[in-house]
Amino acid sequence: MWTREEMASIAASELVAGQYINLGIGIPTLVANQLPEGVRVIFQSENGILGMGQFPLAGEEDPDLINAGKQTVTLEPGASIFDSSVSFAMIRGGHINVAILGALQVSSKGDLANWTIPGKLVKGMGGAMDLVAGIPRIIVLTDHLARDGSHKILEKCDLPLTGSGVVDRVITDLAVFDISGSGMTLVKVAPGHSVAEIAEKTGAPFTVSSQTPNETPQS
Amino acid sequence: MTDKVTVDAAEALSSHLRDGITLAVGGFGLCGVPIHLITTVRDSGVKNLTVVSNNMGVDGKGLGLLLENNQVAKVLSSYVGENSLFARQYLDGSLEVEFVPQGTLAERLRAGGSGIPAFFTPTGFGTPVAEGKETREINGRMAILEMAIRADVGLVHAHTADSEGNLRYRLTARNFNPLVAMASDFTVAEAEIIAEKFIEPDDVMTPGVFIQRFIHVPDQVKEIEQLTVRERA
Repeated sequence: MWTREEMASIAASELVAGQYINLGIGIPTLVANQLPEGVRVIFQSENGILGMGQFPLAGEEDPDLINAGKQTVTLEPGASIFDSSVSFAMIRGGHINVAILGALQVSSKGDLANWTIPGKLVKGMGGAMDLVAGIPRIIVLTDHLARDGSHKILEKCDLPLTGSGVVDRVITDLAVFDISGSGMTLVKVAPGHSVAEIAEKTGAPFTVSSQTPNETPQS
Repeated sequence: MTDKVTVDAAEALSSHLRDGITLAVGGFGLCGVPIHLITTVRDSGVKNLTVVSNNMGVDGKGLGLLLENNQVAKVLSSYVGENSLFARQYLDGSLEVEFVPQGTLAERLRAGGSGIPAFFTPTGFGTPVAEGKETREINGRMAILEMAIRADVGLVHAHTADSEGNLRYRLTARNFNPLVAMASDFTVAEAEIIAEKFIEPDDVMTPGVFIQRFIHVPDQVKEIEQLTVRERA
């Protein structure tokens, strides 16, 4: 089973220097610390930052400088600040290259549900619907199974959608799937887990990439 | 145009606060929230408000004050994650909520302030947000029709104001504030600093035409919702 840092590291491994990246709340925020050596990307925060930096040193936090998760942050040299309509012009207008988001459910057709569980949990979609509508590459980082053991990767989401046919890659603690017009493909399996186990824990059919190690011995 | 500056927030707002109005409010989380003006609305006791704001504060802070005081009938927001009273009033049906995607909310306010009655956007197509809305295929892509938002009263927080009502914001406290200022018939700003002369024209972020009144709020305590720091090595 991959740790959250390892999941973030898999997501970070495809990022290319100079890309503009939006990270969602939760596990996706860990991606900033897992960038490959020497790869500098520019982080966008939808409340109005391009060039978001690390958390501030203790005592240097500024209540006027937060990220979309309302956490105190810093700015990188060359950063810019703008209002929410300019921020979403960047997002919806396709100027941001990759978004890495969390999920409640994902379907094998790339549908994403991550904003509400009717009658139980109400968070709101925040900027997620705009992110998935406008950003060309959407990576989802999520636990493979829900806390109650139910499937999160399904043929069809039963929760209200954030976007339809928008997810390109799903990285869980057990596996990595790529999603395209032709369906979902298993491309990586966490050490100590098998394709058969992944199939049992996934609520949708998938094909197995020829590069995927079939069975990984228990380490 | 003179005398936009007012000493007293209640005086600035009194002629325009009525039951049932639509109130647009700047801020993201607790950042850039016009807390002094919100407190004035709370103290005025006006009821049955429709509030347009990205979030509704947290319990007992920001717009949470108006929820606690049962002054809000309807909310247009994108996110409520950190406000348990909001979630409770929504789930038990006592508060009507229209969830609006954050970028759509920003653009609806911008459109409302810009004389654009509605626009098509791909955001939310195929989701509950699209229900009951006109959809259209444009250049091979499905989009939904979203209506502009115009508010009766707008409340914004700025870092600096000058006597023309020009505003400058600081860092991410800008967020929805310039859009709220544009989209409201009567916008009141609170500013931490009143410029002795004028804000440099190139540095004006909200031109004074969008601001009807402003007040000075020096020494305001700013809240941090999620304090995250690195320890010093």
